[in-house]
Amino acid sequence: MTEQPRLAEQNATVALPEPFIRWFGEKGWSPRAHQIELLAKAQAGQSVLLIAPTGAGKTLAGFLPSLTELAVRPRRKPGQAQRGIHTLYISPLKALAVDIERNLGKPVEEIGLPVTIETRTGDTPAHKRQRQKLVPPDILLTTPEQLALLISAGDARRFFDDLRYVVLDELHSLVTSKRGHLLALGLARLRSFVPGLQTIGLSATVAEPDELRRWLVSQNPPKGPTSPDMAELIVVTGGAKPDISILDSEERVPWAGHSARYATPEIYREIKRHKTTLLFVNTRSQAELLFQELWRVNEDNLPIALHHGSLDVAQRRRVEKAMGDNALRAIVATSTLDLGIDWGDVDLVVHVGAPKGASRLAQRIGRANHRMDEPSKAILIPANRFEVLECRAALDANYLGAQDTPPLINGGLDVLAQHVLGCACGAPFRADDLFEEVRTAAPYASLDRSTFDRVIDFVATGGYALKNYERYARIRLNKDGFWRVSNPRIAQQYRLNVGTIIEVPALNVRYVKAGSKGSASRGGKVLGKIEEAFLETLTHGDTFMFAGKVLRFEGIRENECFVSNAPGSDAKVPYYGGGKFPLSTYLAEQVRIMLDDPQRWKKLPEQVADWLRFQADKSVLPKRDDLLIETFPRGNRHYLVAYPFEGRLAHQTLGMLLTRRLDRAGARPLGFVATDYALAIWSLGDMGTMFKARKPSLSALFDQDMLGDDLEAWLADSWLLKRTFRNCALISGLIEKRHPGQEKSGRQVTVSTDLIYDVLRSHEPDHILLQATRADAATGLLDVSRLADMLSRIQGRIVHKALEQISPLAVPIMLEIGKMPVNGEADETLLMDAATLVEEAMGPGMAEE
Amino acid sequence: MNFSLARASLIAEADLVGIAGERAVCDPRGVLYFPDLRLLAVSDLHLEKGSSLARRGALIPPYDTGATLLRLQAVISDYQPSIVISLGDSFHDGGGAQRMHASFRERLEALMAGRDWFWVAGNHDPEAPADLPGETVRELAIGSLLFRHEPSKLRVEGEIAGHLHPCARIVQQGRSVRRRCFAGDGGRMIMPAFGAYTGSLNVLDRAYAGLFRLDTLMAYMLGTDRIFAISRSMLRPG
Repeated sequence: MTEQPRLAEQNATVALPEPFIRWFGEKGWSPRAHQIELLAKAQAGQSVLLIAPTGAGKTLAGFLPSLTELAVRPRRKPGQAQRGIHTLYISPLKALAVDIERNLGKPVEEIGLPVTIETRTGDTPAHKRQRQKLVPPDILLTTPEQLALLISAGDARRFFDDLRYVVLDELHSLVTSKRGHLLALGLARLRSFVPGLQTIGLSATVAEPDELRRWLVSQNPPKGPTSPDMAELIVVTGGAKPDISILDSEERVPWAGHSARYATPEIYREIKRHKTTLLFVNTRSQAELLFQELWRVNEDNLPIALHHGSLDVAQRRRVEKAMGDNALRAIVATSTLDLGIDWGDVDLVVHVGAPKGASRLAQRIGRANHRMDEPSKAILIPANRFEVLECRAALDANYLGAQDTPPLINGGLDVLAQHVLGCACGAPFRADDLFEEVRTAAPYASLDRSTFDRVIDFVATGGYALKNYERYARIRLNKDGFWRVSNPRIAQQYRLNVGTIIEVPALNVRYVKAGSKGSASRGGKVLGKIEEAFLETLTHGDTFMFAGKVLRFEGIRENECFVSNAPGSDAKVPYYGGGKFPLSTYLAEQVRIMLDDPQRWKKLPEQVADWLRFQADKSVLPKRDDLLIETFPRGNRHYLVAYPFEGRLAHQTLGMLLTRRLDRAGARPLGFVATDYALAIWSLGDMGTMFKARKPSLSALFDQDMLGDDLEAWLADSWLLKRTFRNCALISGLIEKRHPGQEKSGRQVTVSTDLIYDVLRSHEPDHILLQATRADAATGLLDVSRLADMLSRIQGRIVHKALEQISPLAVPIMLEIGKMPVNGEADETLLMDAATLVEEAMGPGMAEE
Repeated sequence: MNFSLARASLIAEADLVGIAGERAVCDPRGVLYFPDLRLLAVSDLHLEKGSSLARRGALIPPYDTGATLLRLQAVISDYQPSIVISLGDSFHDGGGAQRMHASFRERLEALMAGRDWFWVAGNHDPEAPADLPGETVRELAIGSLLFRHEPSKLRVEGEIAGHLHPCARIVQQGRSVRRRCFAGDGGRMIMPAFGAYTGSLNVLDRAYAGLFRLDTLMAYMLGTDRIFAISRSMLRPG
């Protein structure tokens, strides 16, 4: 640990009140340098971004300016007006707010500060919220959604009158989503209420700290360039270097797959060797599988638990409590954010599957160890051979301190629409003022006026070219130039729909007796929730894995899915859960570099290095900036395998576009499959021969112009765009969210967003909501920007290898064929298959009498 | 591919279904055409559903009426029927016809001109649509066929109804496909909803209980340019 500077050596202008000095003394501590530095900057009136590893005393640092100020504030005299909120703390997690209340309450009590601290989340009872409005605490701990609700209330301006600081925790994770956009807009609103407001951001290490520094303060400051456009930056480096290794398995590392089942005995051995092991996986299905496998080998009956976001809350809390009590030896989890806060004494982190990003790996490992000065110990378990390369790259990157957090994107227009309505619910506004205010929020700094006006128009009457809804306007422009909500019902609706988190339609999973369809009894306990889309593919008697059990699907009744125990059997249906991250651009490049450099293969397990040597022998290894394309026949089909290493989403988009083009060229493509590393397309036509004859040439096939018309044409009907549109429609308030407990509304009351999408696209393709949808899809599910970068990078650098048979490098993706669902577009083929069965059995005329 | 060419020639035959002795085309766009009667039936247009919801604050695109009429125009111009039956719930609510934009009203009237046009009363629009030509009826018998909005509880041979917005779902290769459909057992037919904003209800839902002979029930699912006849054993609830 670095020597902490003595207080006396600190900047003399820092005012740490006497009770604090005494408290530090009693504890035998001294304030850390960054805590004092942050306090000094805050006292000088600046906003600050603090980047520090876990365990560095970030929380206390963040609250020190508030606490010291509150400590010396004169007491309220009887008869004086109630004081408002002094400090607002915002975190992405309810659990974190609750945790902070506990952790902050302790020093406040010990120092003897006259400070009240309370939380306000979705779980806070109504009477307490009511009381908080009348008698606000000094420090309010809350979430972005609650902030949106608070500023949409009629008394918002008065409520925040005394606000001095906003502390934003886990800022790096808040800013990357639409939640971050909503929060940035809320912050802009607060700054307009209280011009001198200071922000303090707490963050893990990120690639571009300046983005966060701008995020924290007003952009395009309306009153001249007096205020800086970036917050002050304090970086705490250090923390002990984590001790990370890649499992060098004695078993054979599989070609493909994500289960890492081969390593189970070795993982179990590590669990036995350590006090408490935290096992991270990338998806829920991996979590379920690993948990099952571990219990299969758990001869000593070690307490091993499972934790992921779909499990029933009560069960999750039990696991978290056991964890806090150090009653568990291992816990299998999907992400730190799913997990509660109290970690107990974790002494080993096992990361199963590749980490997909260097920063993500660092954050996951870092969070498991709460003592900054002790090295965290971590083992990476690659699930297949490509993941070995990826783990190696991530591991090198972590040592080098590389960062690959994604760049921030512009604020969503759907979020802006929600915010505009929220503002109107709070108080009448003038468009000029609100436009200026919105542009002070970093994600909206480059918003232009005409787009803003279209958003207002959307909020008011839907923003359609056909002006049919004037009389149903939600907000109206009055003669005085102010926009007002047309009636109080609009504000009620707004409050029920606030927020940007869209729940995927999911059903409760409930135990019943085997064979009963749940009709007679209401059955046993609820195990958690599963996406409706997955359950729809099941038929009676299918078995699948969930909540650490193998379950038999009995049926669906209203909003519940009935299951029974299916012990001893293997799960028949694989479960493709969400939450899978694409490989980061940075790691992708590192993997390409590694492939190109046989010197670095020495660090790889022997079997993997051998695999690469075979590839060099049978085909070729791609140079770091080349794109290798292999073609070969197999069975009665022809295959094209490309190795762009650009992540599954970009590959999926590329696959869609290439199959369209190959179809036009007469190659008769039949399907494709995409992984994080490669893309395989199979066809009836001989693609290898076609490419050699330059009909078409590969450079024409991979030309960047595919992102023009081809993309448009494919997108138009794509389920990906429909899914994105649904989110935009919900967030923008076009349609209302379905709330838990609320029955599925009848078919007359609601309209499916797919139908709305179809109608809107054919009648007003430039509508602002479609514009927002396309922008979202381009950065999200389609990863178009990444695909565009790749297509421009590989121009003139495509290497075609026409082979007689499959190459070693192609084996992993070829094994995925048939295992992965080919997404979306082939519905008619399936219907054809079903209809054909009937025709074959009965003859075509059977329907006639 | 010879296989698919052979199939193409089957399509017209396969799309012809028998209902109480009459032959009808189940058009994949969701209308029923009786060539011998030159009669076109369409159900649950739900015109002005968008504006109906807008009144309650959901400002969904006001183009549903236009979209529905455009599709109706296409099938009418293809079949040139002399009789058109709109099988109820033609408007989403009683005020729909009045709210309809003038340009849409003109388009609708142009479609109606020169044909016998029947508005069957539905639960959403029990009264005749305001200021529109055509005859409003509770039900209509033509030959062995009986056209009404809600299917009757008793078995009526030759009944053509709407109201339930049938759809069907199949699961193939671990994937689920749901489409609007005609549902028929040879004696009775329930038509899919035609309106641009109309939802649908699975034919296996209990709302259909007792309406069909289960051994001959077929779902004629709507494809992009053909109908897929699926037998009951292949259908899935939900």
